[in-house]
Amino acid sequence: MSRIAARFAALKHEGRGALVTYLSGYDPDPATSLAILRGLPGAGADVIEVGVPFTDPMADGPSIQRAGLRALKAGATLDGVLALVRDFRKENAATPVVLMGYYNPILSYGVDAFCNDAAASGVDGLIVVDVPPEEADEIEPQAKANGLDLIRLVAPTTDDARLPRVLAATTGFVYYVAITGITGTRSATTADLAAALPRIRPHTDLPVCVGFGIRTPEQAAEAARIADGAVVGTALVDALAASLDAEGRAKPDTVRKVLDQVRALAEAVRGVPSAA
Amino acid sequence: MNKPLPNSFRQGPDARGRFGQFGGRFVAETLMPLILEVEQAYEASKTDTAFQAEWRRLLTHYVGRPSPLWYADRLTTHLRKGAAPGMGAKVYFKRDELNHTGAHKINAVLGQILLAKKMGKTRIIAETGAGQHGVATATACALFDLPCTVFMGATDVERQQPNVFRMKLLGAEVVPVTSGAATLKDAMNEALRHWVANVEDTYYCIGTVAGPHPYPAMVRDFQSVIGEETRGQMMAAEGRLPDALVAAIGGGSNAMGLFYPFLDDEQVAMYGVEAAGKGVETHEHAASLTKGRPGVLHGNRTYLLQDEAGQILEAHSISAGLDYPGVGPEHSWLHELGRVNYVHATDDEALAAFQLCSKLEGIIPALEPAHALAYVIRQAPLMPADRIVVMNMCGRGDKDIFTVARHLGVQL
Repeated sequence: MSRIAARFAALKHEGRGALVTYLSGYDPDPATSLAILRGLPGAGADVIEVGVPFTDPMADGPSIQRAGLRALKAGATLDGVLALVRDFRKENAATPVVLMGYYNPILSYGVDAFCNDAAASGVDGLIVVDVPPEEADEIEPQAKANGLDLIRLVAPTTDDARLPRVLAATTGFVYYVAITGITGTRSATTADLAAALPRIRPHTDLPVCVGFGIRTPEQAAEAARIADGAVVGTALVDALAASLDAEGRAKPDTVRKVLDQVRALAEAVRGVPSAA
Repeated sequence: MNKPLPNSFRQGPDARGRFGQFGGRFVAETLMPLILEVEQAYEASKTDTAFQAEWRRLLTHYVGRPSPLWYADRLTTHLRKGAAPGMGAKVYFKRDELNHTGAHKINAVLGQILLAKKMGKTRIIAETGAGQHGVATATACALFDLPCTVFMGATDVERQQPNVFRMKLLGAEVVPVTSGAATLKDAMNEALRHWVANVEDTYYCIGTVAGPHPYPAMVRDFQSVIGEETRGQMMAAEGRLPDALVAAIGGGSNAMGLFYPFLDDEQVAMYGVEAAGKGVETHEHAASLTKGRPGVLHGNRTYLLQDEAGQILEAHSISAGLDYPGVGPEHSWLHELGRVNYVHATDDEALAAFQLCSKLEGIIPALEPAHALAYVIRQAPLMPADRIVVMNMCGRGDKDIFTVARHLGVQL
């Protein structure tokens, strides 16, 4: 069983949803990024998404755009992010790590080599935002051959005719995009979420996590209750950004401030039993 | 080149929107259903005679098509003076700068706005570099009473003030984009982000032959009116096809429009002129085919300026319309097949061509076709005098006079 499947199975047994956290790798520098990564499981992150910085993140709002630029300035590359995951894996064998990013850095690395190296580095799944199911053959065979889950986004615009096709191309978990929009720009309402799940469930047995527009512990708890997990990204990136000095460098309490926020989210998510 | 050439260069794209390995639909899931909807609507419009008739009516009576094919006699004579005896090709201009709004952009904009209306969309967004596509879109939106938002890099807003003011006069909202280098690439990112958030009622009117399928094919098809007219006009003027076609390449829509109807005419050579900025040996240029390599950006696989790690590099050109690190996927395909020759011209060469054309032909070209002209100035003298070159004068230079004055050290 993959780490992702094992983690969701365990959470189901516990009767609660997952807290999935997102931060850009190398933001604001490799050492701080690794320290945060190492602290995430202890702070209550059940699944860790590591953003792979890209110059042109088309689906991301201003916060994650800025995080990407900070990371690139700190020397982030796909290679560097894989090294970050390897370092994390030295201390943690159980928490799933998912890389989230855009296709071009992967293409540039070489899809075969990347999937091979990602798996060897301890990556469990990939979210490649700009590779929809229509282009799946670009990376699906290589991901599959290396045991990497390809987690796909399902959006409010994904209609019923298209939904089975998207879900059929998904492994690991389903990432439900709660809003029509880019990351971190608006909040999803409970009604949005409640309407989405009955549409998705009949087509898949995979866990469904909800992201884009989940900021507060209350929202995270709500999303984790309705679905199988809540993804929080921009709120954490904002907490990190707020902790930096005027030059965008980490301060001594940067790691603690981000992890405090994760702890608050985790407490909220754990405080309520999951419907799943 | 050992790979077999296709029977026709005019068959692309395939069902996946690919020209060979290039093109495709590399967009986030939120946009995918809408992209498919645009494709469906576009396919239906091809056989919709009322749609086609309305588009043609607008081209004739609103845009002023057909645009003339002008024999640039004085330029030809001037270039022959510096050529060896018996050398110096005849130079013609396809005068798309005479279109309403001053560039070729309006051809595809009107087609797309009609499509948006057919799809029931009630808002239009566009990206713009030089401002020509933004002006064309704002114009069509005024005509069709549609709200219009144009995303424009803050750097470009600064260097293309006249067009910014035009767009506002036409009733459009201009949103300056400050991310990245604040030029065309960033404007396109922001337009895509805005579209993701407003898919229900909004149509994204893309200005070039790039973006996810079906945009590269759709914009090419609408722009092909340029090449179709040129073909007929050249037959009328000279009784034969031209020997060479020359067009500037940013995203490549004016070039695709001129080239496409001639792609299967072997005897017609084609030259796409990329912006070499301060020189292709420097880091400040926009020559994606000359110096880039294939990658994925803005919904399609194509040649891109990028670093070893796949991060996109900033382009540079004196021409805001060519200042883009990518190129339409069909150009990438034609480049690899060798059907079109992709060459380049620097900022300085374009500036010289800009001035020469103004003085000799009484035509102030936009800085974009000034790059094409720079190549014509270099190449025509090396061709025999009985050869014919057609250059696409795809835009007029009114918008550029401030930029040019600044570069020439003239205080206006």
